Amino acid sequence: MTDTRPNSYAAGPDEHGRFGIHGGRFVAETLMPLILQLERAYEEARADPAFQEELDGLLKHYVGRPSPLYFAERLTAHLGGAKVYFKRDELNHTGAHKINNVLGQILLAKRMGKTRIIAETGAGQHGVATATACARFGLDCVVYMGEVDVARQQPNVFRMKLLGAEVIPVASGSRTLKDALNEALRDWVANVENTFYCIGTVAGPHPYPVMVRDFQAIIGREAKEQIVQAEGRLPDVLVAAIGGGSNAMGLFYPFLDDEDVRMIGVEAAGRGIETGQHAASITGGKPGVLHGNRTYLLMDDEGQITEAHSISAGLDYPGIGPEHSWLHDVGRVDYVAATDSEALEAFQLCSKLEGIIPALEPAHALAHVMKMAPEMDKDEIVVMNMCGRGDKDIFAVAEHLGVKL
Amino acid sequence: MSGAARIDRRFAALKAQGRAGLVTFVTAGDPDYATSLEILHALPAAGADIIELGMPFTDPMADGPAIQLASERALKAGQTMAKTLDMVRDFRRRDNDTPLVLMGYYNPLYVYGNERFLSDAKEAGVDGLIIVDLPPEEDAELCLPAKRAGLDFIRLATPTTDAQRLPAVLANASGFLYYVSITGVTGTREPDFTAVAAALENIRARTELPIAVGFGVKSPPQAATLARGADAVVVGSALVSAIATSLDEAGRATAGTVGAVTGLVARLAAAMRAEQGAKGS
Repeated sequence: MTDTRPNSYAAGPDEHGRFGIHGGRFVAETLMPLILQLERAYEEARADPAFQEELDGLLKHYVGRPSPLYFAERLTAHLGGAKVYFKRDELNHTGAHKINNVLGQILLAKRMGKTRIIAETGAGQHGVATATACARFGLDCVVYMGEVDVARQQPNVFRMKLLGAEVIPVASGSRTLKDALNEALRDWVANVENTFYCIGTVAGPHPYPVMVRDFQAIIGREAKEQIVQAEGRLPDVLVAAIGGGSNAMGLFYPFLDDEDVRMIGVEAAGRGIETGQHAASITGGKPGVLHGNRTYLLMDDEGQITEAHSISAGLDYPGIGPEHSWLHDVGRVDYVAATDSEALEAFQLCSKLEGIIPALEPAHALAHVMKMAPEMDKDEIVVMNMCGRGDKDIFAVAEHLGVKL
Repeated sequence: MSGAARIDRRFAALKAQGRAGLVTFVTAGDPDYATSLEILHALPAAGADIIELGMPFTDPMADGPAIQLASERALKAGQTMAKTLDMVRDFRRRDNDTPLVLMGYYNPLYVYGNERFLSDAKEAGVDGLIIVDLPPEEDAELCLPAKRAGLDFIRLATPTTDAQRLPAVLANASGFLYYVSITGVTGTREPDFTAVAAALENIRARTELPIAVGFGVKSPPQAATLARGADAVVVGSALVSAIATSLDEAGRATAGTVGAVTGLVARLAAAMRAEQGAKGS
């Protein structure tokens, strides 16, 4: 086999927004001029020290960054193998990594003179982060959320309303995250003049995947510095959960060219890949085009998008960011999957051993750490992204465990 | 007759008659294969000059609720790409003159296989394609291969397509240009007639292609007004809404379903022709 490895894994995307065959700008003509305008505005902002300075200030004083890198001592002892560290992005303001990206996009929206922000949300974490930033900057905020998710994430719906956002339940299609994204795109097409679409993950038309990755890459940059300080060397393995893939991209990106660092993305296997009821786009899907980009998707033989299933509403999306699809194609990152019940087990174990109630999303990553760490040597190091806290999930988990609250 | 020939000949004939054409959109397989085929066959006699046949998709991001529901009905009734192409073949056995354009989203074609799709569509008698989520930036995907295969690739221009961008939109456009009369999804807002007229004038200065106007056209009077400045007017959401209203409680076609569509098409065509007659006199 010929060696087709690129000189750098961190150079993408190309000028067409492509990562290999993935990515691109598959949007209706009405949106194309906006996408191009956004790309120019982002390029200018990225090169402007004042923009970065304002963002850094917010991340420090408003979000609470840097988030700690924490050695999970009791979990490590329990698993009996590799040393396990958590990157504690669940300690951020609003309880997840989502705010890192949202603040970047909101500052960009302000810079572009937009006064109305729209967003889609599944679990509600991105919606809460967007509503929070809009409250902070006095911007109108409209969040689209599938009816099914509105029903299972009531606390977050209330939070968004408290923060002044309008939450619009979406009744079309499968009434989950993908349909919320469709509605947000429809809103954007109809309100192009004053509206900024704040996408919550590393997906959508170029430049969203690269922009969201850049805003989330602070996770990996901090982790790299912190692990070197703690252990004097880089970790052996990085592990992160994957829905659309923004927390994973944020952790992985600064390490992509460190060849000795293995990376594992953990998708949601739902009730099991073999049941068809899962949200594992790479493990159980194939390349297609949806929501502005080419990437691995869950679909039937006719190219019709199928419904994803996961106990975690935040992973319940039939696609994945295009950079992940490319990293899979070139073999730089391994993509595996964890089931609902494995995630539930990890959720409980982490709560009891570390006094940290994880969100169901990173509980999937932890489920994989529980499988791999015991097989590793005691001097090996795993860094897992604890990308969200589990307060929002306690009702859903109680229901699954048959506990009445 | 080659694909491009049917579209070119139809617009030449319309010009000779001094009137704008009526482009009708229905979704293939809505509400079921047999009824949909019957509607397709009846459209030209009812007054359709050009037929747009929608390829159903689960996630039609540029469409409003009416067309999304039409897609859902068709998919639920078992519509597939192969069946959509069968419908076109069947149509062509009886009608070799009316241009037929397939409209939809890229993923079902991409999964079918681009080259296989282009060759099967050409063989079935398709004249052109409107693929909503393939802007000029992605022309290498399907637009250029379609033109090589002898199919027109019909481009959308919108109120956000400014003077700087228009040349890119027109560069590989063929058949006709589809002007989206509103900033919004299909069948929602009402077009601003003055703004549309100004936009058409601006586009005409830069292309010889005929221009069809659509996206917000619901009633015969609206169609008649838009017909003044356009070479064709597209009506879609109103027609699939007529299908929806005609169904029984279980969502099945009734004796009135085909007539609900052809009746509205006839009223639209009559209003447009009356307007143009008035203009001509």
